[in-house]
Amino acid sequence: MPYLVLDQLTKRFTGWTAVDALSLTVEQGELISLLGPSGCGKTTTLQMIAGFLDPNAGRITLNGQDLLAKKPNERGLGIVFQSYALFPHMTAAENVAFGLEMRNVTRADRDRMVADALKLVGLDSYGDRYPRRMSGGQQQRVALARALVIKPNLLLLDEPLSNLDAKMREEMQIELRRIQRSVGTTMILVTHDQSEAMALSDRVVVLNKGRIQQVATPQEAYDRPANAFVANFLGRTNLLPGLVEQTAQGVSIAVADARWPVLQSVPPGPGALAVRPEKISFVAEAGLSGIVQARVFQGTQWLFEVETAAGRMMVIRQHDGGVLPNERERVMVGWRPEDMAVMPAQEAA
Amino acid sequence: MTMAAPDDATLDAADGATPSPAVAPAPMRAGERWSWTPYLLSLPGIALCAVFLLVPLAMTALLSLNSFSFYGGIADVWKLDNYADILADSYFHEIFLRTFRIAALVTLFCAALGAPQAYILRRMTAPWRSLCLLIVLGPLLISVVSRTLGWALLLGSTGLLNQGLLALGLIATPIEFMYTETGVVIALIHVLVPFMVLSVWASLQRLDPQVENAAMSLGAGPTTVLRRIVFPQIVPGILSGSIIVFALAASAFATPAIIGGRRLKVAATLAYDEFLNTLNWPLGATVAILLLLANIVIIVGCNRLVERRYKQVFE
Repeated sequence: MPYLVLDQLTKRFTGWTAVDALSLTVEQGELISLLGPSGCGKTTTLQMIAGFLDPNAGRITLNGQDLLAKKPNERGLGIVFQSYALFPHMTAAENVAFGLEMRNVTRADRDRMVADALKLVGLDSYGDRYPRRMSGGQQQRVALARALVIKPNLLLLDEPLSNLDAKMREEMQIELRRIQRSVGTTMILVTHDQSEAMALSDRVVVLNKGRIQQVATPQEAYDRPANAFVANFLGRTNLLPGLVEQTAQGVSIAVADARWPVLQSVPPGPGALAVRPEKISFVAEAGLSGIVQARVFQGTQWLFEVETAAGRMMVIRQHDGGVLPNERERVMVGWRPEDMAVMPAQEAA
Repeated sequence: MTMAAPDDATLDAADGATPSPAVAPAPMRAGERWSWTPYLLSLPGIALCAVFLLVPLAMTALLSLNSFSFYGGIADVWKLDNYADILADSYFHEIFLRTFRIAALVTLFCAALGAPQAYILRRMTAPWRSLCLLIVLGPLLISVVSRTLGWALLLGSTGLLNQGLLALGLIATPIEFMYTETGVVIALIHVLVPFMVLSVWASLQRLDPQVENAAMSLGAGPTTVLRRIVFPQIVPGILSGSIIVFALAASAFATPAIIGGRRLKVAATLAYDEFLNTLNWPLGATVAILLLLANIVIIVGCNRLVERRYKQVFE
């Protein structure tokens, strides 16, 4: 049985729809990311789960119970806010203890649990500090300990790492994943950073304009994006228009002077294919012909820009000593059919 | 299972994106060049302050040391007789006590009214918020005399308030508001509440709006959130607002003069009467200086208390 169910969740603000009939199921112990650009509805969704916003339509059930019937302070969720939202007038230990106090945990148990939680996030000796006297990374850890100590049914993380610098962010990603493994809490992570989502999650939910674009494992979404938005949002991609046709050998897509067999089920007619720059190689035959417009050395790899009849393409080749074409050279580019995602033309808009 | 406890210095240094806000400016080191520029640049301000504040104040202080007699006028002597007179006379004790009783009551009521008002204002949505803020600040836009006369019309024994209460049968005889402390306190609260609202408003602006949600998600109900999370964070605002309100209430002149009249003197009206009715300028100056000193002692004392209590949290 699914643990958390969002069913046709909708939130309208005056003049626009932030979340549009969003349905999603989350399994227990899973770390799932809501990923999308700002204004895609990911934070609104999180706020509805937390109870800070009321949906206009739809249902949320957690472990079989109707979550919308409960007030925010009765839902028993842990939340880590983007701004951390620590209580500035309380020490780190008092911050962590607050949720336990609200649950009437006895003093002795409380002290022990607070110490354990601070130890879990590596802040054993910082209990007496006020938030003002802590670094951003330390505040982040206190916020995490405060949310975890109440043993929440669900931990919601709202852009938890966006206020940290690059080095701290990487450290916290590893830390977060380790904690998630060790405590096994179901987590929902809201982020606009695709690399963060891919590094941390079991599954990603790509959102745009309040609608789900794709729900898949990070690798699946990267390799086989459901549409152009997902393809572009999760890293760089080449999107080429083509024509999907039913032939004697099966379904194939024609792009300019080349043709690839289609492995997915796509209706015949105008279509498009998306292929990652690093999946493209220079081939001798059966490829798309073009001219190298530019090549840039990037240390571990070479970046090529190739002008073809179907459009300008980006190609990445490893710097492994192989012979690579020069600028202005006529080349032919190709890729394996399983490395591309084919979609109907309307999905590519 | 836990990561190695990072030591303080490395974490602080590693987390360069959020520098600690508590870094004090470095004290001037020996050998650093002494520059006159900042002092020269602040000279106009210092001059203005000196000419319009320090000199008159010093003159008042000197005047308070002179003596006065009905037939001889002001004599150029330097004695503390006036201070001794006031400190020994129960008539003056009563007036000073009344002044600070009124100021304390006004401060208390302003805090009780202004803090919730500021909180409610902050939670309002856009068009209503600015409208209500304007209404709150309204008393400051009206001349103190016309505002106080308005209160006199409302509070008088045949005023609107008493007539209304009589008509409703709630009271049998008119309540005395005019020439009583109650009346003065009511009128002063009306004009001083905006200062409290603005001060609390400023401290609410610094409050992270997510903090209330955070407390709620941890299981706190609305009253617990207010009591444990919001209130402790706006206490500095309430206290600094209280200092402003107290100082203004203790030195208020127009409102006690009109509502309190001759019967109910406070320190400010006493000083006025000594200057303009009795013509005993030295005594008036002494009252003014004593009022100033008492105000400074109370305000500085309160400020110290606030700073010590909240140093660690809010500096």
